Formats: sequence, C-alpha cells, structure tokens
Amino acid sequence: MSHSAPASVGVARAPSESALEARLSYAEFLIGCEDVAQCAQQSLEWLAEHARVREALCAVVDIASRRLHALAGHNVDSDQLTSFSLDVEDRAHPLVAAMFTGKPVVFGGRGGEPRPEGVPLRASSFMAVPLFGAYGRDFEPGGVLLAAPVTAEVSTEALWLAPLLGHRVVRLQRTQWRADTDRRGRRDRLLLNAVPDPILLTDTEGRMLIANASARALLAAGEQDSEGRRRAVALNNMLFSSALAQSAIQGGAPTTRELLLVDPTEGSDLLFELLSTVVTDPREGTGIVSILRNVTDLRRAMQEIEENYRRLRGAEAEMRAERDRLDLIIDSVADPILVTDPVGRIVLMNSPAERLFTTPRGAPSEVTMRVSANDAHFSSFMSNLFFAADLRQRGDLGLVDPLSGQPLPVEAVGGKILSEHGEVTAVVTILHDRTEEIERVRLYEQLKLASEQLEEKVREATAELVNQNELLRRQSIELEQASNLKSLFLANMSHEFRTPLNAIMGYTSMLLQGVSGALTAQQDKNLQRVDSNARHLLAIINDILDISRIEAGKMPLHLSRFSVPELVKEVLGEVDPIIGRTKLAVSTDVAADLPDVTSDRAKVKQIVINLLTNALKFTPQGSVKVAAWSDRETKQITISVRDTGIGIATEDQEKVFEDFRQVDSSPTRGYSGAGLGLSISRRLAHMLGGQLTLVSEASKGSTFTLRLPVRAPRRK
Amino acid sequence: MTSKGSGPPPGAPLVLVVDDFEDNRDMYASYLEFSGYRTAQAADGQEALDKAFKLKPAVIIMDLSLPGMDGWEATRRLKKDERTKSIPVVAVTGHALAGHSKGAKDAGCDAFVTKPCLPEDLVREIKRILGEGDANKDDKRKGK
Repeated sequence: MSHSAPASVGVARAPSESALEARLSYAEFLIGCEDVAQCAQQSLEWLAEHARVREALCAVVDIASRRLHALAGHNVDSDQLTSFSLDVEDRAHPLVAAMFTGKPVVFGGRGGEPRPEGVPLRASSFMAVPLFGAYGRDFEPGGVLLAAPVTAEVSTEALWLAPLLGHRVVRLQRTQWRADTDRRGRRDRLLLNAVPDPILLTDTEGRMLIANASARALLAAGEQDSEGRRRAVALNNMLFSSALAQSAIQGGAPTTRELLLVDPTEGSDLLFELLSTVVTDPREGTGIVSILRNVTDLRRAMQEIEENYRRLRGAEAEMRAERDRLDLIIDSVADPILVTDPVGRIVLMNSPAERLFTTPRGAPSEVTMRVSANDAHFSSFMSNLFFAADLRQRGDLGLVDPLSGQPLPVEAVGGKILSEHGEVTAVVTILHDRTEEIERVRLYEQLKLASEQLEEKVREATAELVNQNELLRRQSIELEQASNLKSLFLANMSHEFRTPLNAIMGYTSMLLQGVSGALTAQQDKNLQRVDSNARHLLAIINDILDISRIEAGKMPLHLSRFSVPELVKEVLGEVDPIIGRTKLAVSTDVAADLPDVTSDRAKVKQIVINLLTNALKFTPQGSVKVAAWSDRETKQITISVRDTGIGIATEDQEKVFEDFRQVDSSPTRGYSGAGLGLSISRRLAHMLGGQLTLVSEASKGSTFTLRLPVRAPRRK
Repeated sequence: MTSKGSGPPPGAPLVLVVDDFEDNRDMYASYLEFSGYRTAQAADGQEALDKAFKLKPAVIIMDLSLPGMDGWEATRRLKKDERTKSIPVVAVTGHALAGHSKGAKDAGCDAFVTKPCLPEDLVREIKRILGEGDANKDDKRKGK
C-alpha cells in the first residue's frame, strides 16, 4: 500500500494502482452496505488506513428530526461522539454552514476557519467535507465528514470518498425515512380511524385535509352516495365551517364549542363538542385540527345524572327528615336502642344507649372500663346473633351502669334487617332493663313460697281437721252405739225389774186385801210401806225408761186435740191424794177462753203432774198455784206452777233440769225421788215444740213455766 | 197343773195363766181363785197350747216373754185353731216399749196389760172381757 504525500485541499492527484484497488474494494463494500452507521464507520476506517487519518467523525442528517448526528468516529471518545448533535436549520453554525456550501472547509490552524466549539476532535485543525447525495433529481446534504490532520493525502482521499458516501448516506436515509414515514402514516391512520370521535385537519378555509373514518362518515360524500346523505353531508360541512370560522376568530388557543350535526345515515340529531386547535407547520402551513366528541349520549346521560342527582338530593333530604324523626322516636324510647352495621359496628344509638356504651368526656377511668365491659357483652351478643340462623335473638346481658357501677341486667332483643337480596344490612337491638322484672320475680317467688308455706299449713290444718272430724265422727258413732246400747240395756233392765216388782206388788196387794187372812194394824202399816216403796221403785224404773226412750228417739208422739182446763182439772184430781197429805193451799187460775190444743195429751199431763208433785214435795208450807193462759200472737199456751217452797239458788237453776239431779245430791238428802222428773219434763216439752223454764229464789219459792205451741210440730 | 184350793165352784170360768215366772203365776192364780175363778197354769208356749186345747179355758192370761215358743206365737196358733180361736187372750208384758202392744194385737190378743199389773186390776180386766160388768175401760198401766 502506498502513501500519498500531503496535498493542499481541493488538489487531486492520480492515485496509484494499489490505491485504485483499495478504492474499488471500498466502493464495492459501500454498494452492498445497507446500514448508514456501518457505512460511516467503514468509511472512517478506510480513510484511517489509506489516507492516514488519525481522528475522524462522520455526522449524518436525520430527516425526521432535522438534526445532524454523529454516527461514527475514529479515535473519538464515544461519549463525546454520542452527544455530538447539531440542528440542521441552524445555518449560522460553521459546521452546518460548511455542510450546505458543498465544499470542504478547513477549521483551525493557520489559514483555517475558526474552530467551532463542541467538536470532539483533539487535533488543532481539521477539515470538514460535506456529504451530498442525490434523491430523485435533487441533491441534498446528507451529512458532514470531519477528519484530521489536514494533509493533501487526507484531502485527496476524503474528497474522493465524500461523493460516494454522501450518495449512499442520502439514499439510505431517505429510504429509511420513507419507510418510517409510511409506517408512521399507516399507524396514524389506524389510530385515527380507531378513534370513534371524528378527527380531522382542515385548512383555514375549512377544506378537509386529513380525516378519520368517523369524520368522513359525517363530512364526506361521494358521487355514489345517496341524495339524502349528500345533502346531510353538505349541511354538516356548512355547520362545521361556520363553527370553525368562529373558533378561528378567537385566536390560536384551543377552543371548545357545541356543534349540532345530522347523522347522514340515520337522519337524527347528533350533538358534538367541537375541540379545535390551530396548528402551524413551517412546511405544511397553517391548519386547524378538530376533534368532535359525540356528546348526544353524554348529554342525555348528564341530564339523567342531574335528574338523578336532584332526586337523590330530595331523597336525601327526605331521608334526613326521616332520620331526624327516627332519632326523635328512638331517643324518646326509654329502653336503649342500638343499630349496628353488618360488621357489628354501632352506627346509631339513642341517648339511653349512649349512657351505657359511650364514655363522657373527662370521665374517670372506671367509667371507661365499665363501658368497655358493656361493649364486650354487647359484642358477644352481636356475634351470637350473626352466627345464629334466626332473624331474631334474645339474650340476657349483665351490663353495668357506667356512672354508678350498679349492675344493670338487661334483656337484649336483636333483629336482623335484611336487604331485598337477603343480606344482613343492619341489626337493631333493644335492651330492656330487667332490674324491676327480676325484683318482681324475686318478690313473686317469695310470695309464692309464703303462699306455698301457708297452703302447706292450711293443708296440714285441714288434714288435722279431717282427722279430728273423722275421730269425732267415730266417737259420735261409738257414742250413739253406746247410747243405743244403753237405751236397749235400760229397756231390758226395765223389763227385768218389772217381773219381780210385779210379784212384790201383787203379793203385797193381796196381803193388804186380806186374801191370806186379816192383818194386824202393825202388819197393815208395814205392808203399806212395802207397797209405797215398791211404787216408788216402779216410778223410778218408768222414769229411766222414759229417758232411754227419749234418747233413743223411740218416744212416740200421739197428737190429739184436747182442752187444757180439762187436763188441769184431771191432774188435780189425780194428785188430790197427795195434796190431801199436805197442808198447802192449792189453787188454779185457768183462763176461760183458752183454745183447744193439738199436742200429745199424755205427755203434757205427765209434765204438769211432775211439776205439781214437785211443787208439793218441795213446799213445806204456803201455797201452790197452777195457772194457764194463752197468747194469741205467739200462738202459745202457758201453764205455770208456782210455789212458796224452798226455792232454788240462781247458780243451781239449770242443774235441776239435768238427769239424776236434785240440788242436794248427798245420800242423806231430805227429798226422795230419782231426780229425773224435771229432766224428762224439759225433754218432753222440747219434743212438743215448747219450753220449760224456771224462775226461782232460794227460800222464796219457784215458778216453773211450760210454754207450748197451740199446735205441736210433727216430728219427722 | 191343776187348780189349787177348793174355793171356786165347779161352774166358775176357767182362767189359764201362762207365765214362766212361777211367783207371778201363783200370785195371779191365787188371787183369781180368791176372786172366784177356776185356774190352770202353763209355764211355756207349748204347755199353754196343750192346756188350752185340753181344758178350753174361758180366758187365757198370756205372758208374752216365754222360753221356747213365745207368747205371740202361742197366741197366733190359738187364734188360728178353730177349737181355741174364740177364747179371749189377755197379753201381759214387762216390756213397756212401743211396738209391744201393737205386736200383741196383731197376734190376736184381745187385751193388753203392762207389768206390774196388780191382781185386782187383772181381775177387773178379765171381768170386762168376759162381759161380767164392773169393767173399767181405763188402761191399767200404773204410773206415778
């Protein structure tokens, strides 16, 4: 390889054969190389090898950005290389200016142009060779080649290489650019057409330059389109141009206005928002970019939203009023009420509930603790409720009044509120103070206990009473049986007594009648005594029989109608022998108008005889008076026997009516008799529906009074 | 038993005294003979029937309480028998209880007296029954 001597710029010498061969292989390479950077780098390497270039840089014009970028360097710092970039439009820059002159320029050194800043070559002077290439019929600058040192050899080879490289660079750049542009254009159209909003670029007169599919659908029509569509499109163009003209008046800032167009296909109104921006491109001139946003639906939606919003506001107000009312109601309820959300958080509570579940500001710590305890109880109840299948649940909570610390047993009733989809939206819980109820239950239990005890006592007492009654009944039966036995016994005894008495009395009577021969006076007197005592014994036996008959209820009544005065007369007649043995004045006072009496005559007579004989017996001196009278009002007959005898002390007056009673019951008593007469008389009087009473004074005398109904009651 | 004494004439009415208590029987018999009646005695019901059929007494004094066949039964049989049904029967009882006199009447007794019954009272009753006059219609029961 030969090395050319340094030569002045612009001076070309004929190359050697080896040099020609090198040039040939370079040119072959260049034709085959499709990559600009590679072409540039290879060119610099070739120069370094064949022209002894020590430092070199190749910058190429980027068509899209209109900037000069360093694409390759030889002995250049790679960072400085990457950052080397110049604006192609900056014609004042010496390098840019040099590129456009089309001739090589030497910078630095003696006689060279002043060295521009920012060139990453270390050498004091370098030469800049413009790279030109043909594109179509035009030559245009494709870049610049910087090389140092500035020698004739370098100049020669660089000047030889520059047209080749320039041509290749321009060609490759242009091809690349066109491909990029095509791709970008396709992408842009794709993008534009994909946008549903009509987008279009117009010139200042409103003529459509670029439009996407939506815009064309509105504003473009061809010969083949229908008459209606063409008219609609014409109308739309007119409306659009008018709107654009107004926008243009307002200057360059983007404007927004509403635009009403016609849907050429449907014929319906379409409301658009027209956003237009004036764009100015140095090469393309001034245009207007317009974006139309279909707001027909939006407007409708907005109107709906507004309507909804208004309704919502109304509903909200209503709800607030409702809520206020609810609050008022809830607060007026004395029982605590809590509303919880589905997570269990309390969202609403009335003031009684607040007292339990909130801590007043500045309250002592124990209040806070009690509130926490209450919260815990309530939360536990809530979780039970959430897990329970039932909509409602009740439970007893042992809460505490936070302020006083008093236990507060409550009954909690919680109810789930479901949405229409069946989800729990809230839980309403009402707490009911059970203190009073518990107290009531306690009192009731006490009362019940007391009542049960009382009942038990009553039961015991009743049982005791029943026992006693049973005992009494048995005793009564036994007594009755005993009484009956006694009566039977007495009746039998009476018979047994009578048989021997019959013989005694019979023989005595016979003896007294002299059946067995005459008697001496003494014998007669003695037999009289026997007879008298036998008769007395018989009287006693008869009395005993009467009593036993009465007690056994076997004393028959034989009722008949009779005259009392006659009866009194008869009695006096029968008792006359006894009267005869006394010195008493016996008188009668019987009313003349006495009515007849219906009663048991024999028994009345027995009573009167008894009373009279008693009076005679117990009256040593004085008088005995039998009186009888009647009371029409009470329909009673009264028979009284009054004596002036020994009388009966007040305390003894009832005793005389008892069985076997004489006031003096000593064996040495002065008056004979079984003492049964008055007792029998009173019983008989009762049997006849009457009474036998006594008025007496000791030593003064006695008055026995028998009162009988005019008509005796029939016994059952 | 045969009548005692020789007092009463052979044509005097025969009184059959029936009583299981010999003292009473003798007492009444003695007094009746003293009063001019012939007497016969029986100590029980069966004997009373035998004597009645055999002797055909004018009157029978019948104590109701008898061993074996009692006075009521004896009376009923007498009153059923053609041979004796016209003989008056005077019942005597120591039982004063109600029902005795009625039972006696039902059995066919013609009169009824209660012990103690004095012999003279019994004689008066017999005279009344036999229609011999001097009869006292009063019940002969002796009270106080």
